[in-house]
Formats: sequence, C-alpha cells, structure tokens
Amino acid sequence: MPERNFGRSADIPLGMSDNSAPSVTGSSPAPSAAGLRVTVDLNLCQAYAQCCYAAPDHFVLKGREALHYDPAPSTGARADIERARIACPVQAIRVENTGTSRR
Amino acid sequence: MSDDTLFAQIKDEANRPDPYPLLAALRECPVSRQEDGTYVAASHAAISSLLHDPRVSSETLPPADRPKTGNPLKDWLVKPVRDYITDTHRPFIFRDPPDHDTLRAAVMHQFTHQRVQAMRARSHQLVDEILDKLGDARAIDIVDDLAYPLPVTIICELLGVPPEDEEKFHGWATQLATALEPDNLQNDEARAENSRTFDVISEYMKGLIAQKRRDPKDDMLTGLAGEGADGAPRMGDFDLIATAILMLVAGHETTVNLITNGMLTLLRHPEELRRLREDPERAPRVVEELLRYEPPVQFRTRTALCPIPHGEVTIPEGAPVVLMLAAGNRDPDVYAEPERFDPDRTDNRHLGFGGSLHYCVGAPLARFEVEAALVALARRLRNPRLIADPPPYRPGSALRGPKHLRLAIDGIDP
Amino acid sequence: MIGSEARVVVVGASLAGLRGAESLRRSGFAGPLTIVGAEPHRPYDRPPLSKAVLTGAVAPDATGLPNLVALDADWRLGAPAIGLDRTRRIVTLGGGETIAYDRLLIATGASARAWPNSAEGRLAGVHTLRGRDDAQALRRDLAAGPTQVLVIGGGFIGCEVAAACRDLGLPVTLVETGPALLASVLGAHLGAVVQTLHETRGVTIRCNAKVEALEDDGTGRVRRARLADGSAVPADLVVVALGALRNTGWLAGSGLAFDEGGLDCDAQGYVLDEDEQPDTRIAAAGDVARFPHPLYPGHRIALEHWGHAVAQGEHAGRLLAGCEPARYADVPAFWSSQGGITIKSVGLTKGADGVVIARGDPKEGRFLAVYGQAGRCIAAVSFDCARWLPAYAERIAAGAPFPPDAGGVDAGPLTVFAPGFPEPHGSRPGDAARTGKDER
Repeated sequence: MPERNFGRSADIPLGMSDNSAPSVTGSSPAPSAAGLRVTVDLNLCQAYAQCCYAAPDHFVLKGREALHYDPAPSTGARADIERARIACPVQAIRVENTGTSRR
Repeated sequence: MSDDTLFAQIKDEANRPDPYPLLAALRECPVSRQEDGTYVAASHAAISSLLHDPRVSSETLPPADRPKTGNPLKDWLVKPVRDYITDTHRPFIFRDPPDHDTLRAAVMHQFTHQRVQAMRARSHQLVDEILDKLGDARAIDIVDDLAYPLPVTIICELLGVPPEDEEKFHGWATQLATALEPDNLQNDEARAENSRTFDVISEYMKGLIAQKRRDPKDDMLTGLAGEGADGAPRMGDFDLIATAILMLVAGHETTVNLITNGMLTLLRHPEELRRLREDPERAPRVVEELLRYEPPVQFRTRTALCPIPHGEVTIPEGAPVVLMLAAGNRDPDVYAEPERFDPDRTDNRHLGFGGSLHYCVGAPLARFEVEAALVALARRLRNPRLIADPPPYRPGSALRGPKHLRLAIDGIDP
Repeated sequence: MIGSEARVVVVGASLAGLRGAESLRRSGFAGPLTIVGAEPHRPYDRPPLSKAVLTGAVAPDATGLPNLVALDADWRLGAPAIGLDRTRRIVTLGGGETIAYDRLLIATGASARAWPNSAEGRLAGVHTLRGRDDAQALRRDLAAGPTQVLVIGGGFIGCEVAAACRDLGLPVTLVETGPALLASVLGAHLGAVVQTLHETRGVTIRCNAKVEALEDDGTGRVRRARLADGSAVPADLVVVALGALRNTGWLAGSGLAFDEGGLDCDAQGYVLDEDEQPDTRIAAAGDVARFPHPLYPGHRIALEHWGHAVAQGEHAGRLLAGCEPARYADVPAFWSSQGGITIKSVGLTKGADGVVIARGDPKEGRFLAVYGQAGRCIAAVSFDCARWLPAYAERIAAGAPFPPDAGGVDAGPLTVFAPGFPEPHGSRPGDAARTGKDER
C-alpha cells in the first residue's frame, strides 16, 4: 500500500502549526485551528479494522496489525470519524472536536 | 447452584420472543455446566476471556456424514472421500489458526473498503427502490419486503452471484445456517440433510467459479478465484467453494435479523424512532446499541481443547463451550441499566459481532446495510404500528429473529 | 472529596498530566486547576513522532492529544517548573513566577539521554528524539535526503527510527552495544528475530559495537562515527537513541526521594520524602513516577509506557481528588510498530529466567512469546499476534505457572529458552528505562 499522508503535510508550512506558539500563559492557550484530534489506544487495538471501513481516509491498517491513523482530521470528517469511534469493538478511539469543546 | 436446564429453556422455541430473563438467570454463574454437559459462558468477562483463549477451538462442526445410498461403490469409496474432503475444507468459521488466518486473510484482501463503500451507497439505493415499489401500501412485512431482500441482493452483488440464481439459495442458506444450532449438530438426520444441501450448493459454486475464471468480473468471487496476480493470497478450490458458501449463507441469515430486530426495537421505543427520523446521524449509535441489545447471533459454540479453569468451574477437555453473547451484552457489571435500549451509551464494547479471531467478517457491511434500512424506514413509513407484539419468530435460537414483522402504516413518504 | 477552595497544580503537560487533570475534573474537583508545561505546546501524542511523523505521513504538529473532559484550567505553557517548596507549598516556574498548591500532580516525564560528549552532540546532523520539536528537526533532515543515517542504540526508538529510514529508502546503520536489538527488553533470543526483520529490510546492524566518537567534516556537520574497534561508519545524519532520563532535577531541595531514574512513590501513588514518608498532598504519574507494583515485588519501577501514563495519570487524579482509589496495579503494556510488524507486550520481562514460543511461529512472522520467572508467567510479547495477548494478560495478572499450558489452538513448540538478557540486566539503580520500553 502506498504511503498515505494524513492531515496537514509534514513538509509544508511547519510554521503554521496550530499550537507551537512560544510561551503561552493564561486561561485560554493559543486558539487552535478548528478540527478534530484523534488518538487511538494501540494497546487496546486488536486490528479489527472497523475504523478503516468507517473512515477509510483517516484509518489504514498496514500489514497484519499496524494501524496508521490521522491524528488531526478536518471538521468535515466528523461524521466518519464518529462512525469509526463508535464501531471500534474495543473502544480504543478517542476524539475531540476542537471547534467546540476546547478549553 | 444455578439451574442447569437454562440453556435447554433458551433453545426452546417457546422462549424465542424474550430469552432475556433466562439469560439474566444464566449470568448468575459466569460459566455454568448444563445438564447435557455443555458449559455456558454468560458474563461479559467470561465470554471475552474465552473468545481470546487459545485453549478454545472453533472446529466444532462434527465430521460430515452423508446418508448411505445402498450403492457399495458410493457408500464405501465416494462417500468417505467426500466426507473427508468436506471435513478438511470446512468454512473458516469452523477452522482454527493457522488455516483460519490464511483463508480469512484471502477474504479480507477482497473485502476492500472500496467495495464496502460501494455497497453502502448501493444499500441506500436498494432500500429506496424497495420502498418506492410498495407504492401506497397500507401494510408492510419488514422481513419479506426489506430485511431479507436487501442483504441478499448486497451479498450476491458483492460476491458476483447472478441475481436470477438468488431464489435457489433461499432454502439452501436456511438449511446450512442450522449448523449453528447446537441440537442439529447432534441430530444425524439434520447433519445428513446439511451434507446433501452442501453438495448441491457446492456444485453450483463450482460452476460459478469456473465461469468467473473464464469471464472475470470485478467481484469478490472473481478475486478469490483469480491467479493472485495482484499479490492476493490464494486458496485451493475446495476451500474456495466452502468460503464462498460461508459468505453467501452469512449474508442471508444474519443481517436480516439485525434489520428486523432493529425495527421491532424502534417501534417498541417510539421516542428513539422519532429521534432517528429527525437526526439520521444517530444511525451508527442506534445500530451499535442494537448489536448489544438484540444481537442477531445470540451465541456461538466452541470446544475446549484442554481443561480450562474459570473461577470455581473447570471446563473439561472436549466439552462444548457456548459463548452466550446476548447475555454478556446485558451484563450489569459492564453496562449501566443493561436492560434499557440506549443508543447514547458510551463505551459500548458489545459482543454482537463476536470477538478475537472470528470477529464477524461482514460487520462493516452489516452496519451500513442496517443503517440504510432503519434510516429509510424511520423517515418514510407513515405512522408505523406493530400488528403483533411479539411477532412470530424463526425457530433458530443461535440465529434469532422474527419470521415476519408485519406493520400497519398510513403510507410511504417519498 | 477535596473542596473547591483547594488549588490543584499539575506539573507536566503531556499525556499523564493531561489525563490526570481530566481525571480530577471527572472525579468532581471543581476548584482552580493550573497546568504547567515546559514546552510551549499543548499536550501532544508522542508515539507517532518516531514513526509516521518521520516518514512524513503525519505532520509533527498534528499529533495534539484530544482533551476528553472540559478542564477549565489555567495553562502555563513554555514555563518549566524549576523548584518545589513543600513547606510553603509553592512551585517555582522558569520565569520566576510562583504558583501555590494544595494538591500537586507531578508528571514531568523524561528526556532523551544526550550524547555523552556535548560538543559532538551539538554537531549539525546529530539528533535525539523525544519531543515534537526534536521530531520536526529530525524529519526536516530526513526529508533533505541524507547520504547515510546512523542510529546509535537498538532500543525501541532506535529500531523505529531505523525502520522509518528504510520506509524512506535511506541507507541506515544501527549500532548497538548489546548482543541484539531490543535485547534489554526482549532478551537476545527474541532480539535476534527483530534483528532479522530489520536486516531483511536493508538496515545494516552492528551489535556488540560501541560508538566512541562522532567526527565532523570541518564545517560543524557530522561526517562519521568512530567505533571502539577502530572502524569508522560514515554518517551525515546521526540519531542518538540511548534511552531516557527522568525529569527530576527541578525537585532538588524539595526533600523528596528522587534521582535520574525517577521520583519515588508509595503503593497508593503519593510521593515519598527522603525518610520514605508519603506527602499526601503530592502524587506522581507517568514516566517520572517510580512505584511499587504488586505483580513485581521487591523493587520500585518506573515505566515509560503510553498506556501507563494514561492509567496512572487517571489514578493520580482520583487520588488527589480524594476518591481513595484502589491501589494502582494495572498490568504494564506497550506496543511498537516497526518495519510493518507490530510488537505488543503485557507484563514486564525484567528478571525473566525463561521464554517460550507459546503460540504461532517466528518463521511465519507471527507468534507470541511468554516470559517466566521462578515458575510464574511474568510477561508476554506478541509479534503480529495481538488477539491472543489478553489471554496471557490474565495469566500474568494471576501469576499462572510457567511454562504455560501446552496444547490448544496455534500452539508453539513451548521449548524453554534462556531469554538472553545482557548482563547486568537492569541492575543500575538509575536505569529504570530497562524495565520497560525506552523513551515512550
């Protein structure tokens, strides 16, 4: 399977990162670009690949058990990511919608 | 000590409409010995543990046993050879690693997300076609009108089975699915009938596979029968036939129950039906909760290869082990208010698709099909009412679902 | 439950600190919460930094951790804690600011062990890998197409970096002082399987070899490494992957018991002072916490595992919120994916006196090995065989007999081998990295 690039490209504008601003203090850190944050507990993951069917643009199983995923999907992918989260048999996917719940 | 007739009661057709009080009683003991020597795991923890336990085998199907014909050549040469071949090339649902893994990997290689996404779109289209055709009907049988034809059409298109051949399978699939019913495994006549059906469907598949090789199409059967040019794992012809039959049967006999159980559950919870109608994005949650609340596969049977201690019970070597998925799904140690249908529950690690090596291959497809069906039914049926509650059930206890689900409606919206 | 007038400070804005803060809120703590982070970044996930970030599949700044509970926190990012005064209950930050606490969660993590010769370590092209900025710098150099990469250290980070280099088609040499890759965690017996995997993928591996010096090309850029046997390895990009040191230096003068191997805690998770007395206002979690684990008695352990940071962070949150949770006893677990293979482990291999292939077959590339000590199962490691792992996690938690029962599905040969840990295995008091996965 060809290498898949997720989310923002690694080699284009690194300076435009959402939250690498220098020292931030105060009750609300640097405003983050609207989008989703995803993390998968890969200890729990048993490569059932249900997420890969639910949101094929954001989860890819490589080899037998290596799950590659997009940690920063755009807000437009919310329904698919949510579908993936719900379908995970071991409930290993955590999602935050930074557009709304962040504080 | 728990009641050791509970499993027998669960299998009794009289309890088909509501087995859940029996399942709750069964769960009092995480693993219990039943009067027939079967061990039943009923707590979520025990089932999860045994699903992942390498001491538990899936090769539970008894050896094939074709009826004798009276012709000595057939009975003493052909029959044993065919029985042997059938037995060593079981479908992978009845196989253990490493063979299971190889066969399953070959299927997964063909079961691409592109194919599944195409079938997702096709499901929506089919559901709308079916409902459009019903026109201004004032009654609908969810089973015959939608829940059966939808998954059958999808599995046939996915595999590449010509639609005109479909009606042949109806009876075959129902017959072969009885292999999951524990009592049929012990019944010589039922097994002989299964072998006969298997032979008939095998002949059909053999022909179809030959045709796919002559005239390749973009379907799973062509892919599985192909020469592996794209690095696809290969399987021998006997395994190929068994695999194709497995997928066809699974596509016929499971999703139908999920759709029907789903509509029944929504009609019993009108507030949820309304919410789904107003917000189709709830569908994935609804489907996932249905898989917990009314799983189409209530239990699976395995075999202990070694003694397995579990709490105070030790499952002896050779004992049948029933994993009562539907009981684990309502385990109060895992779910708050387990008897409540609640699509908004979090951390729903249901066992509706099984788990570990044998996790349902068709799960992604089933989810999309059921979603398409329930969303359309919720949106388009005007004032649906159950004509009979409970509805009549099919006889199966392992694969459980209504035989018919007749609704009165005021019409079908476009 | 502590009252809403209590002030809670979390020092450390990575995984353990974030999950700890969320756990405080989930436990009902409603008072003021301050989160202090040495880096300017919001909490981010580290596992992708040595894998998908290096290959370019994921941007270095895209691994922000999802925040699962509304925190309503006061963030102090880019402001490392530099001092702790337990008498006045004050944390001092780098800029001189002081923050008072009534309850304190210490989750300051660990840092990459630097190349011992600091002048050589500063040469252009020499990297360590721990944080986002490290990954970003390393990714930039990898993307520039180096002629020859050298990885120093055959632990998990070293192996993952070497695998990423091969994914990118870059020539890479890995030098390891031990007898095999991952030998300190898996032992030489399984380390050899890992070695074969990487060699097959084109990594040049030199075990039992030591880099003595990094040499520059006259312009301040690294040009080659000189090995102890006198040979030289050309390299215009060097990744130093020698494990991690706990970030405990800021605790000097606090009276707490710590060294570079961790901050000592009691069984509940409260930190200990130099007299081994718990300070019940302060808990520690994640890489930095060195604690007694009921499954591995006789010594304290500090784990650099992702799952441990989550679980112990959540435990510490409940503890500080006053929920009196049960003793922390999660079975340690980690994963690593490298060269297309996923390695997963439960339990700790440290001290194992035997290992068996319980399921599958190394020749097939998928198997599960079980480690035993004194007749008990203490750890299991799977290579692309994760679905059997929960069964062995249960056995490890129960202290089941070793070797594990024969028979069943997919049974391996069950011949007991010596694991082949390099001597001395984990004997240095400060070297807690050897009890688990390096640099997580």
